[in-house]
Amino acid sequence: MSTDDQGIFHKGEEFQKLFDRASEFTRDLMEANQQLRSKLLEVQSKQNEAAQNPSDWDALRTDLTHKIHNLEEEKTDALERLREAEEENRHFAERYVEIEEENNNLANLYVASFQLHATLDSEEVLQTIQEIVINLVGAEVFAVYDFKEANRSLKAVASEGRELEAFPDFVLGQGIVGASLEAGETFCGENAYSDDLAEPVVSIPLCVQDKPLGAIAIYKLLEQKEQFTTLDHELFSLLGGHAATAILASRLYTQSERKANTMQGFLGLLTERGAS
Amino acid sequence: MNYKVLIVDDSPTMRQLLAFSLKRIRGVSIVEAKDGMEGLKKVTTDTFDLALIDINMPVMDGLKLIHMIRTEENMDELPIVVITTEGADADKERALELGANEYLTKPVQGSEVLAVAKKFLVGL
Repeated sequence: MSTDDQGIFHKGEEFQKLFDRASEFTRDLMEANQQLRSKLLEVQSKQNEAAQNPSDWDALRTDLTHKIHNLEEEKTDALERLREAEEENRHFAERYVEIEEENNNLANLYVASFQLHATLDSEEVLQTIQEIVINLVGAEVFAVYDFKEANRSLKAVASEGRELEAFPDFVLGQGIVGASLEAGETFCGENAYSDDLAEPVVSIPLCVQDKPLGAIAIYKLLEQKEQFTTLDHELFSLLGGHAATAILASRLYTQSERKANTMQGFLGLLTERGAS
Repeated sequence: MNYKVLIVDDSPTMRQLLAFSLKRIRGVSIVEAKDGMEGLKKVTTDTFDLALIDINMPVMDGLKLIHMIRTEENMDELPIVVITTEGADADKERALELGANEYLTKPVQGSEVLAVAKKFLVGL
């Protein structure tokens, strides 16, 4: 077979395949056409039936309208419930945040109170007060003042941010610190910073049953802290009461220790004399 | 799942407060150290899942401790969170450069500590 003959044969085969596909496609089309015809007949028959009974149409329309109305009501109800659920969810989320904040505040107050009463050593009590003011309040410059009943004056005994000697003495009833201690009320100014060491932004009186023991004067907050919070005011109240109690307890303990040592020494002397 | 967290801070108040917050995560146990040197000893003799480190501490400060931890073998994976009073950007950059993973400033909220700890421990 020559090359030309082969080409013709090959083209013939291709034409045959094409023809077969076209034939198959035509068959499919005819089948689909038949199905459509029967569907059309079905629809026409239903239309004829409905046209003969218009009341059926009305009943169907009424029924469908009723169903649509019910569905609309259900949808409105579902949307309302969804809105309520979202509102409740938002309310719970807000409550969660509030409780979380309250929890944090209580943890801070508990730890501060625990640490203040964890020791009877005066130095450690002072150290704890400083830790609370630095770490929990966030103060950068402050001083803890001791009140001397003899001359009714306040002298700085511990400080942070400045040398102890830089902090001025106060007299009870005079200046912000003296007046705050005399009144037994915390002073909290509007600013978060004061350069004048005679005028702190916060003065917390340390009193036990109206007996003045000292004060905490805050002059500057840490760089990252812009203002006082609700927790700070709670901490001021806690410090005012608990720090004062802790200071008094440590002083009484030191005094009783000293007295016990003196008495022991005295008894020792008496015993020695009795023996000799 | 159990997690072991190291708290390095010279303030007993802060250590207690941080431990208080962290114990809200189930399975957390706390080890405390009062300065950088004690922290280094603990971190080299035990395995931790997270370390909370203060910067200003006696004996060895927090930055030195972070540097020492990161130069130790097999310690580059330990998440380190700095909790400090130092709020300047330069301090933060320095701590992060040395290998800290997170930087929080005091006064810190318990919820903040909890969120950061959960991020590193539980992956939340």
